[in-house]
Amino acid sequence: MNAGLVLLVVVALAAIGFVIGRSRAISTAGGDARGLHSLPGYYGQTVFLFTAVPALLVMIGWLLFQPLYIDGQISDMISDTDIAEGSSRSLVMSDVRRVASGLNTALEKGIVSETQIASMTTDNTDVRAMLGSAGIALASAVEQNILTVAKEYRQIKGTLGLLMAGVVILIAAAGFLVSVKRIHPDYRARNVSERAIKALLIVASLVAILTTVGIIFSLVFETVRFFGLYPAKDFFFSLTWNPQFSGGSDLGIFPLLWGTLYVSFVALLFAVPIGLMVAIYLSEYASNRVRSIVKPMVEVLAGIPTIVYGLFALITVGPLLRDYFAQPLGLGTSSSSVLTAGLVMGIMLIPFVSSLSDDVINAVPQSMRDGSYGLGATQSETVKQVILPAALPGVVGAILLAASRAIGETMIVVMGAGAAAKLSLNPFEAMTTITVKIVSQLTGDTEFESPETLVAFALGLSLFVITLGLNVLALYIVRKYREQYE
Amino acid sequence: MFDTQTHKDNAVESKATKIECRDCQVYYGDTHAIKDVNVDIEDKTVTAFIGPSGCGKSTFLRCLNRMNDTIDIARVMGSFKLDGEEIYDKRVDPVQLRAKVGMVFQKPNPFPKSIYDNVAYGPRIHGLARNKADLDEIVEKSLRRGAIWDEVKDRLDAPGTGLSGGQQQRLCIARAVATEPEVLLMDEPCSALDPIATAQVEELIDELRQRYSVVIVTHSMQQAARVSQKTAFFHLGNLVEFGETGQIFTNPEDPRTESYITGRIG
Repeated sequence: MNAGLVLLVVVALAAIGFVIGRSRAISTAGGDARGLHSLPGYYGQTVFLFTAVPALLVMIGWLLFQPLYIDGQISDMISDTDIAEGSSRSLVMSDVRRVASGLNTALEKGIVSETQIASMTTDNTDVRAMLGSAGIALASAVEQNILTVAKEYRQIKGTLGLLMAGVVILIAAAGFLVSVKRIHPDYRARNVSERAIKALLIVASLVAILTTVGIIFSLVFETVRFFGLYPAKDFFFSLTWNPQFSGGSDLGIFPLLWGTLYVSFVALLFAVPIGLMVAIYLSEYASNRVRSIVKPMVEVLAGIPTIVYGLFALITVGPLLRDYFAQPLGLGTSSSSVLTAGLVMGIMLIPFVSSLSDDVINAVPQSMRDGSYGLGATQSETVKQVILPAALPGVVGAILLAASRAIGETMIVVMGAGAAAKLSLNPFEAMTTITVKIVSQLTGDTEFESPETLVAFALGLSLFVITLGLNVLALYIVRKYREQYE
Repeated sequence: MFDTQTHKDNAVESKATKIECRDCQVYYGDTHAIKDVNVDIEDKTVTAFIGPSGCGKSTFLRCLNRMNDTIDIARVMGSFKLDGEEIYDKRVDPVQLRAKVGMVFQKPNPFPKSIYDNVAYGPRIHGLARNKADLDEIVEKSLRRGAIWDEVKDRLDAPGTGLSGGQQQRLCIARAVATEPEVLLMDEPCSALDPIATAQVEELIDELRQRYSVVIVTHSMQQAARVSQKTAFFHLGNLVEFGETGQIFTNPEDPRTESYITGRIG
């Protein structure tokens, strides 16, 4: 009995429970729903919850731990002699799982019967050919030991599957009976339902938090492995970035960090003033009609995929800057440059800055504007001296959010700024950023356990820390100064 | 006895008209908010606008310094003359006008700046001070006229938003006074204040009358009776009655005014 079917049974039981609970509630109140503490539907809900929730929780736990348990059992059955030269225990384990699932598929397709599987050995059957005819391709012929283990694996899995189905349905039935018995006109079903909803909401927010924690942990583990292979001091303080596939690389983060910050700085240099002016125009000067047209149009910029921006940088902006600025000024001949990437990224960031700032500026109370106009100030005086100071914390927050977005940007940099790790002040030079190097190190052909690959995780963690720091700072600023004009 | 009576009447008569309003209409979109209002606001007098909520008294007040210009859908028609000059004339700069006709709002709205900067805001944008010492003097004078100098003189650098509600409102009055206006418009200046702060502001309004023409919108009839010399009663966008405050409250001519001040409508 597979998990999907069990789920269906439990849900069906719970649905029946809802109907029964509801009608039982009405009958205990003598047919008059006004005698109940809660609406009849709430009693149905409690039965539904008590039937489905504990049973499904047990099922989820079971499904999480079953593979661990089976692997522990099976792993002992594989002797060291079964593990071929250059292979590992985990590779043999995955062979076992593959053969076991292959046998199941063959059984379903009617190629073999249950008794045939039981008596099957590598001597009387060509297992590889048989599985091949069932559509399961194996890399090599199946060893007798592996086949034995695979059969055992099937056995344990089947037994556990049945056991799980029994236990889960039993729990569901118990929950069903208990909750139906509990129904009474004074039973506060409404409050139970309220608590259940609260729990659901908490679980939802936990998912988001736990994912973040999970991301951090996976990065931290790999980073620790990296620092086991490569000295941390060199990573943080070396001024060269020069990965070699044959080993002996220089993996200093500094040139990448410099490139990241330089490109982001250029991007913000474009995006912040323009975005801010857009926001001021939209919130203070534009009529409602203009605003309703211009605002969505500006926000379209945020919806353009960054790869499209990258193309724009590569084909239009890069050559333009090279032909009209870099070459005449004698500053470089590369169409990939910090300025190209920064300019295009700045365009991408305009809606981030303008949209958030616009919201913040709109949140400045109308009474501030009235006060200023009432004293004979013009619009720009009001904006400059009253509205911007009042909106400043929010605007700073918007800028920092845009900055963390700029630091994490990849595609525009690959296509606009190139991939050469360089330490230079010249904005017309090609440079590269942390994100670009993460991609190129992870997608290279080097072995996973080498520092050249693992450095990607250390770079990722550094990036995560930087952007997290910026976000925290942004939140702190926004919170600290938010109520100043209230 | 007879002599004093005529003398007093003459005193009232002799005050010059500061703002003359004729056939004033205001529309918000399709709503006709102010209908055919004619009022003469006198110099060095407190004029109170009373009436039930939504009767148009605040709208009318905002016409007097063209604050309705900042509302897109508002249209103002008719003649408003400040010292004989049309307010809504194309040649008049609303920004300059608002410096001459200051305004204090319902809710105290100090800027998120220091007390000093709040008061210095108007003089700075209009260039009223030649130097720092001059500005200091204007700020002190205005705060004194706002009857708040003694409470804040030691903490002029503290944020204006940190004051109590009553202090904030007096700060806003001081801020309005600092641009040397000729008329001061007050839109329910005490409605967000407690009785003690209200008393302080009312006292202040009485002092301001020495120098300015004050127009105050209020929901409190007692307040109108206490602080004003002239009262205008608005109802559903019409000016129902306008006259001496004592006259309006003791012997109203229009039955609607009487119903309102005795609490039967509103």
